[in-house]
Amino acid sequence: MTITKTRRDVLGNSALRPDGAAKVRGDFSFTSDLNAENMLWGATLRSPHAHARIISIDYSEAWKITGVETIITADDVPGLPTYGLISQDQPVFARDIVRYMGEPIAAVAADHPETCRRALAAIKVEYELLPVLSEPEDAISGTVPAIHPDGNLIRHQRIVAGDVSATGPIVVEGTYDIGMQDQAFLGTEAALGFPDHDGHGVEVHVATQWLHEDQKQMAACLGLPENRVRLVLGGVGGAFGAREDISLQVHTALLALRTKRPVKMQYGREESFFGHVHRHPAKVWMRHHADQNGKLIKIEARFVFDGGAYASTSSAVLINGVTHTQGPYVCHNAIVDGYAVRTNNPPCGAMRGFGVVQACFAHEGQMDKIAAAAGIDPVTVRLINAMKTGDTLITGQTVESVAPVERLIRETNEIPLPAPLPDVVDELHLPGGSGITSERKHIRRGIGWGVSIKNIMYSEGFDDYSTARCTLKDGAVTLKFATSEVGQGFVTLAPQIARSVLGVDDVVCDTIDTNIGSAGSTSASRQTWMSGGAVDGACRLVRERLFEHVGAKYGVDPIRLIIDDTDIVDTVGTLRVSVHEATQGVTISEEFEHHHRPTEDLDENGQGNCHVAFAFVAHRAVVDVDPELGLVKVVQIATTQDVGKALNPLSVLGQIEGGIAQGLGLAVMEEIIVENGRVRNPSFTDYLLPTALDAPVVVARLVEEPDPQAPLGAKGVGEPPCISVTPAIVAAIRDAIGKDIPRCPVRPQDICL
Amino acid sequence: MSSAEFYSLTVNGVEHQVADAWIGESLLYVLRERLGLPGAKGACEQGECGSCTVFVNGESVCSCLVMAASAVNCEIATVEGLNSDGTLTDVQEAFITEGAVQCGFCTPGLVMAVHHLLDQNHSPSELEVKEALSGNICRCTGYGRIFAAVDAVIASRNGVES
Ligand code: FES
Ligand code: FES
Repeated sequence: MTITKTRRDVLGNSALRPDGAAKVRGDFSFTSDLNAENMLWGATLRSPHAHARIISIDYSEAWKITGVETIITADDVPGLPTYGLISQDQPVFARDIVRYMGEPIAAVAADHPETCRRALAAIKVEYELLPVLSEPEDAISGTVPAIHPDGNLIRHQRIVAGDVSATGPIVVEGTYDIGMQDQAFLGTEAALGFPDHDGHGVEVHVATQWLHEDQKQMAACLGLPENRVRLVLGGVGGAFGAREDISLQVHTALLALRTKRPVKMQYGREESFFGHVHRHPAKVWMRHHADQNGKLIKIEARFVFDGGAYASTSSAVLINGVTHTQGPYVCHNAIVDGYAVRTNNPPCGAMRGFGVVQACFAHEGQMDKIAAAAGIDPVTVRLINAMKTGDTLITGQTVESVAPVERLIRETNEIPLPAPLPDVVDELHLPGGSGITSERKHIRRGIGWGVSIKNIMYSEGFDDYSTARCTLKDGAVTLKFATSEVGQGFVTLAPQIARSVLGVDDVVCDTIDTNIGSAGSTSASRQTWMSGGAVDGACRLVRERLFEHVGAKYGVDPIRLIIDDTDIVDTVGTLRVSVHEATQGVTISEEFEHHHRPTEDLDENGQGNCHVAFAFVAHRAVVDVDPELGLVKVVQIATTQDVGKALNPLSVLGQIEGGIAQGLGLAVMEEIIVENGRVRNPSFTDYLLPTALDAPVVVARLVEEPDPQAPLGAKGVGEPPCISVTPAIVAAIRDAIGKDIPRCPVRPQDICL
Repeated sequence: MSSAEFYSLTVNGVEHQVADAWIGESLLYVLRERLGLPGAKGACEQGECGSCTVFVNGESVCSCLVMAASAVNCEIATVEGLNSDGTLTDVQEAFITEGAVQCGFCTPGLVMAVHHLLDQNHSPSELEVKEALSGNICRCTGYGRIFAAVDAVIASRNGVES
């Protein structure tokens, strides 16, 4: 795609980030950069065991260390002892039982991070080890004791659609494994808490995705009214779902309240691996029935999501998984069972793609199997089954969103393939790069496809809304919202909206905090639609009042007035006055809450209009594989994405390229390895992330068919890029070596053994 | 806490006294927590991510792996020293205009890495750029816009219209 720049930074233009200069200078304050007078450091003691009874805790040696100001445990939590996004099942500190490796047991505050480290080392905890429930099927079977009072099954959901006895001449099946991926944002968890002078309140600056949800959960645990827990968004170094759950928020606030001093907590990388939820590892079985031409007749599926020790958002991830079983394809008959289970593995929750990544990996593997059985190519099988607007999902929901699936596939297919690998080539172009030497003559090239559908915004009856306030004064606009800016660029988009609606150029965003209503979470690809809708709504209310003001002043019916560039113009008369001039000495302020249309719960047969809207994307991957060494180089990703409308094409491209890199990570590199509940690779040395040398050439095209339901015509663009790229890459590897690989990430042994 | 003697560090041409510091503190920690220079970021403290990139005697290093006390008598340069006059360097400018910044946590380290590369090699090939930046992890951008920023700087420094 090409990026062009026009004169004003309005919608549709690639406006630049307002925080860009601060970020390139190193001036931008990430939460970990914050400091305060008289500040203490906090740190967390965590369980080394995946499942154990706490027999005793002895703090006496830790208290003797100079510089230690306080040590807190479960006994010091004044309010609700547990928290959680959907069910409050996770202890602030473990009391009797630890259920996963890394579960918090105590926290200390001291004068220096090194003092904290020594204090944690001096706390003696005696454990009685308990049997580790690490196998999700054991949690389903009910044959092992419950590891939590809420039981081992977090949720089961079935979908039954159409004729479940239908079948066809083509029947293909597969069992797919998806590994546990980490969000691996670069800026680890951090917070700085300030106690109120009266000791009955706290202000916490924190890197989070959803200030108001944190506020609610924190207030409950702290035993304080919500208005005494004030949150301010600290600079956020990426999120990708990992900041949706509470991590150090309650601990930081408790330490600050206890010591009556500002307390900063910041996780190191290893602790970050233990301190947030991950992408659910999943096992997905699917059996597809198709006619002899490869047209889908019925899908059977069974999903098992390993939720780890606590529920987090597992039940919602499960619903996303099962309701996306069919992918972006028409199919009327289905029987699906999905389970989200509790184990002593690390807790899993939100990560970009949220359950749909797992479903897509399986359904795309299946589409290729159908193509092979029908004797057609991967493009044809997808085209003949492609969903359109108005088609019905297996949940009975009609897809009202623009669904340009066929177009996405065709346009991606038109993108030229990369040149063949030359006979003489720099080793950095070969799989393995300079580290391990592939030989050119061994390399085989493969091509694979992935296409996906992703629900955007929250589901299942949740009244998801966002709030914004627009204040126009003397020709300048101030926007206020609680929308978390995590790097995605809402702080760029919001002023673009105000410029378009109000004809002003001078727009600033106020501090992002809880001094306004909730904006909901920066997740589920929802902020462009939801907070974008709220900012748009607030600006439109201001514009109405501006027109009333100008109309009264010039004796013109306000209904005749419009904004033309930076002027207010009478459409039937001669009046033309600049917004800047018209608003001198005038202050107009309006607030707006944007709600999306209501959704429904699923019934016991998985029927119901549970999602708001859908976005689609197609990916084609080209890879080079060394089958002897089991190494892969992703050469090119061609993609076409359904974006509704590109409100900031440069930001859209950034989301596409960034999402593709994360999907590539899941395809061939990234996996948290857990053995019997123990995490084996909690570091960037052992958990491999894509680097500049792993980045493929990305050729991206957009389909812009504005969605009538979307306030700005735009669909969220954050998640789709990372969903179907993973199966596309794995399909390309299969194509290169002619071997069925039913898992991701693909490891060398999956290729060459 | 065992205190080292006073030592001083020269950062961006300015000499700073480091007093009462624990001798084991990394250069990253001392820059950030003692000298008020938070431009270098810590994302792994293990030499894997490059967020903490600074120059020591002109060499690009991971400041998380350097003991601060061992950098005495060295010229240390951080991102804060790139533009003491408040302007942006061409690399910083290009990062903004090409969309190479999202969350920005990797950005100071990458800006330093790009300056270092282009100071040493005026027209690096695509592969040389990728290799030079492969020690700097960016989780947000997928690197495409970062390469575009580097290309824009190379083109403008070499007098080519971009
Ligand atoms: S913090 Fe130094 S390399 Fe990651
Ligand atoms: S911009 Fe977020 S890590 Fe690079």
